[in-house]
Amino acid sequence: MNILNLFIFIPLSMLLALFISRNIKQIRATMVTGSTLLLALSVYLTIDFIAQRNAGVSAAQLYCDSWHWYPTLNICYSIGVDGVSVAMILLSSIIVFTGTFASWRIKPQTKEFFLWYTLLTLGVYGFFISTDLFTMFMFYETALIPMYLLIGVWGSGKKEYSAMKLTLMLMGGSAFLLMGILGIYFGSGATTMNIHEIAALGNIPVNIQYIFFPLTFIGFGVLGALFPFHTWSPDGHASAPTSVSMLHAGVLMKLGGYGCFRIAMYLLPQAANDLAWLFIILTTISVVYGALSAISQTDLKYINAYSSVSHCGLVLFALLMMTRTACTGAILQMLSHGLMTALFFAIIGMIYGRTHTRDIRKMQGLMKIMPFLAVGYVIAGFANLGLPGFSGFVAEMTIFVGAFSIDDIFHRVVTIIACTSIVITAVYILRVVGKILYGVPTDSEHLKLTDATWDERFTVICLIACVAALGIAPMWMSNLIGGDVANIISNIQP
Amino acid sequence: MQFCIFILILPLLSFLILGLCGSKMPHKLAGTIGTVSLSVVTILAYTVAVIYFGGGRGDEGTFPTLIPYDYTWLPFAGTLSIDMGILLDPISVMMLIVISTVSLMVHIYSLGYMKGERGFQRYYAFLSLFTFSMLGLVVATNIFQMYLFWELVGVSSYLLIGFYYTSPKAIAASKKAFIVTRFADLFFLIGILIYGYYTKTFSFSVNETMLMAASSMLPLSLGLMFVGGAGKSAMFPLHIWLPDAMEGPTPVSALIHAATMVVAGVYLVARLFPLFIGYAPDVLHIIAYVGAFTALYAAVVACVQTDIKRVLAFSTISQIAFMMVALGVCTSSNPHDGGLGYMASMFHLFTHAMFKGLLFLGAGAIIHAVHSNEKSNMGGLRKYMPITHITFLIACLAIAGIPPFSGFFSKDEILAACYNFSTTMGVFMSIIAAITAFYMFRLYNLIFWGKSHYEEELAAYNAREREEKPHKPHEAPFVMTLPLIILAVISSIAGFIPFGEFISSNGESYSIHLQPAVAIASITLAVASIAIATIMYRKGDSKITIYINTHLKGFIKAAYNRFYIDELWLFITKKIIFNGISRPIAWFDRNVIDGSLDKIASMTQKLSNHVRPMQSGNIQSYNIWFLSGALLLILILIYLA
Repeated sequence: MNILNLFIFIPLSMLLALFISRNIKQIRATMVTGSTLLLALSVYLTIDFIAQRNAGVSAAQLYCDSWHWYPTLNICYSIGVDGVSVAMILLSSIIVFTGTFASWRIKPQTKEFFLWYTLLTLGVYGFFISTDLFTMFMFYETALIPMYLLIGVWGSGKKEYSAMKLTLMLMGGSAFLLMGILGIYFGSGATTMNIHEIAALGNIPVNIQYIFFPLTFIGFGVLGALFPFHTWSPDGHASAPTSVSMLHAGVLMKLGGYGCFRIAMYLLPQAANDLAWLFIILTTISVVYGALSAISQTDLKYINAYSSVSHCGLVLFALLMMTRTACTGAILQMLSHGLMTALFFAIIGMIYGRTHTRDIRKMQGLMKIMPFLAVGYVIAGFANLGLPGFSGFVAEMTIFVGAFSIDDIFHRVVTIIACTSIVITAVYILRVVGKILYGVPTDSEHLKLTDATWDERFTVICLIACVAALGIAPMWMSNLIGGDVANIISNIQP
Repeated sequence: MQFCIFILILPLLSFLILGLCGSKMPHKLAGTIGTVSLSVVTILAYTVAVIYFGGGRGDEGTFPTLIPYDYTWLPFAGTLSIDMGILLDPISVMMLIVISTVSLMVHIYSLGYMKGERGFQRYYAFLSLFTFSMLGLVVATNIFQMYLFWELVGVSSYLLIGFYYTSPKAIAASKKAFIVTRFADLFFLIGILIYGYYTKTFSFSVNETMLMAASSMLPLSLGLMFVGGAGKSAMFPLHIWLPDAMEGPTPVSALIHAATMVVAGVYLVARLFPLFIGYAPDVLHIIAYVGAFTALYAAVVACVQTDIKRVLAFSTISQIAFMMVALGVCTSSNPHDGGLGYMASMFHLFTHAMFKGLLFLGAGAIIHAVHSNEKSNMGGLRKYMPITHITFLIACLAIAGIPPFSGFFSKDEILAACYNFSTTMGVFMSIIAAITAFYMFRLYNLIFWGKSHYEEELAAYNAREREEKPHKPHEAPFVMTLPLIILAVISSIAGFIPFGEFISSNGESYSIHLQPAVAIASITLAVASIAIATIMYRKGDSKITIYINTHLKGFIKAAYNRFYIDELWLFITKKIIFNGISRPIAWFDRNVIDGSLDKIASMTQKLSNHVRPMQSGNIQSYNIWFLSGALLLILILIYLA
């Protein structure tokens, strides 16, 4: 049996187990077992994949499988992975695993929370393993819908508004996406929904591509926080509960970048080449604009949400450069941003759980009160501003080197503009660190607060370890991604 | 030479141990771990130096460039990759000596200075991190590795400046230091990208054909890299972070903000010197002019500061500018013909690290004794702190350029190089050297001579004008005076090191010979400045001082406020970037972009409110709708037909 099926099967059995579980112990046991299994499975998949590649297996996709489930429209349940999706699956498993611990004490309606959480997980895995346009879209929607309830029910602040806004905007994106998918399907002669077969046919007329490339790219771009479709992100993140923020920024936003690369650019190459300039401008704006708006925010989650806009903008920016190095950097940035932001949101959630405020003007001197969380925050901050030794540096440098290798004025200028984000990032990160962690505690209520509990420590340590591992030994990951990125790129480049 | 990897591994290990489990360790153990690992590093560094220089010159008459380690860390497409390795050549070996020596002294000194301080373990962890990154920076085999460690050095500096994290000043200073240098690093990064793209490698050793092909872009690239160096080395106008960085513990100022990190920019230019000379001599001269202006600016400002650490900070800026100037005035790589500055710069880097480290550690001992940074709380300390007094005097003589102390020899080579370049530059730098002697002896006299602040307070106490008994200044403990003595010995004799035998611009042996005219002129100027400073400040404020203070009031006020450069930066960051750009963008995002989306949503809602009454459930209105609809359709059909 194909092991990729397990990524669908395990979440399904988790759903079943959660459904019949009766108390908090059984729920936790299910979640821990399931997410640990998923993590172990992804690690195994990664190792096995690398071993196969080293053994010289050069097929574009490994572990392929296909089963027609709606022959009339040529819709298949077809699966397969390459280096890029393996990396994404690994990322998802880490975030799901740590997210489980971050929501250890979630109340009320714990069971329902984890049901939706697992359904979201199912959608994410399904999306990354699918190679069929329609099935992929189906899993994409499966991942989006639970978000509405997770934020609307378990969120905080203006949760109904945020949940509605997020869902409507993402659904709007989905509408574009559906048009794009139909356009691709019919443009290529309506014989297959399989991504690789469509790419191999390469027969979509250019004028059709011009129409559907922007639709598809924007459709995924909404989820990838592309300017000006990013405004769901600050509100959504601010209202979401901790683990949902983690999962959303850590994994769900990656669906956007992955989709842009895998579907929009890969299947509509001519339009991607001709229209890239337009989106490069938008993503460059995202990068700088997100970082600049983060400077003057006062809510911790808003800062991080705008920072995500900036960092995810860099992902799309790098993909549009369409060089091997830049695209490898983009995938690295997805991993790096996923881990870093999850870490950030986890710690912010833990701080919020204690101080009941996220307003940076109301907190001071947390370093003295909760040293563990404060140090964790500083480390997350350093990772975010691209300090060597953490994943952000590796990803950003790969992107900049890759983007700089295109020898024309336009690309040079936008690359330099994007580079300025490394300074702006430092400004907003250090501003927060200086304001809330350093200094002397001013609020006497805060003095009574305690440091992290074991489950929180576990979450933070796991994520820091991953961020550092990717930052210290980036080569294996860059090799894992690089070859398959080159495959995709070769199809896009004219 | 394979063992040299331990020079990097040991401090890293010590950082990890102290960082991960330091908080539960007793202070003594933490200090011991840090100091012992650094001692071993120092021994290894000296061993490397002995083996390297003892190995003799190769056939071309130069010391070989050894690369015992070089691994690909992160490959990019094509030939580009980030490598990690160790490169040993005369300047990197010299830097190993400088860094390990000063760092060891600071480690020992801190055992006394930081005793009982909260966060002692954290302090040693950060010191180890800094030492690791600085050593990694100097042995870098390629520009990207250098950049990587450059960033790490920046962050360890940030952490150490902000060591007293409860003090708002320290927080602001650490943030400023990081952001200003990061801003400069942006240019450095762009310079690296250009360099990498056109030469197809990040390595320092590029073959000639690649360089020729890239020659049109090299000046731009090297110029941008220099901006990065100017940020770290506090060249005008990027110097603003350094005086504020004095908020950190004093031993940290000695190590990072005097001896090692701030010379990273000089080291960068020296490392790229062959490229500068070969392909961008004009950029090199721009560096000289920037350096000369910085040297003057900082020297003038140093003359009027009242905080002793700030005087030393501006003195550091000025002295580093001397090194930059020395590199900048080079016109060829032949030390006999326009390449003298390279050797002079490295020589001054070496001697400056020793005597400036000594000055800062001495200042630390003084601050430790009187619990203040302000000169007004000092005065007459020579009786109470004899060892500190003597060692401080030696350092002052060294920096003022009085033979036989080390600063004389290195500064003299710099001046000679400047005179070779142009008489104007030579005269200009000689004057700055004289100002240096003046402000250093102003400082010396204010601290150790004149009216004793303690005795005045004691008298006031005895006359019952003061409630509490003043604290009597005392000599520092042995762990603090030992490093002072060692550094004083080095500062006294280092001038006799035949430096040109080890380091010169083309690698060949060069024997230093003093130029009598330059030497005599500079000694005369230095002695005259010292005399003036002594007359003015030995016995408190003399008549001349008061006269000058009243007649140059405006100028002195401006100089005291550092000519308002900081205010300018504050204006740019606070007013322009924060209020002028960030706030409006954030507003625009919430109210225009997000606002228009909300508007669409509310309009949809309004529209639906208007449409909703149609579904009233009232059969009469349904009939009207039905009839008018049918009528309309019929009319359309008729019209179409």
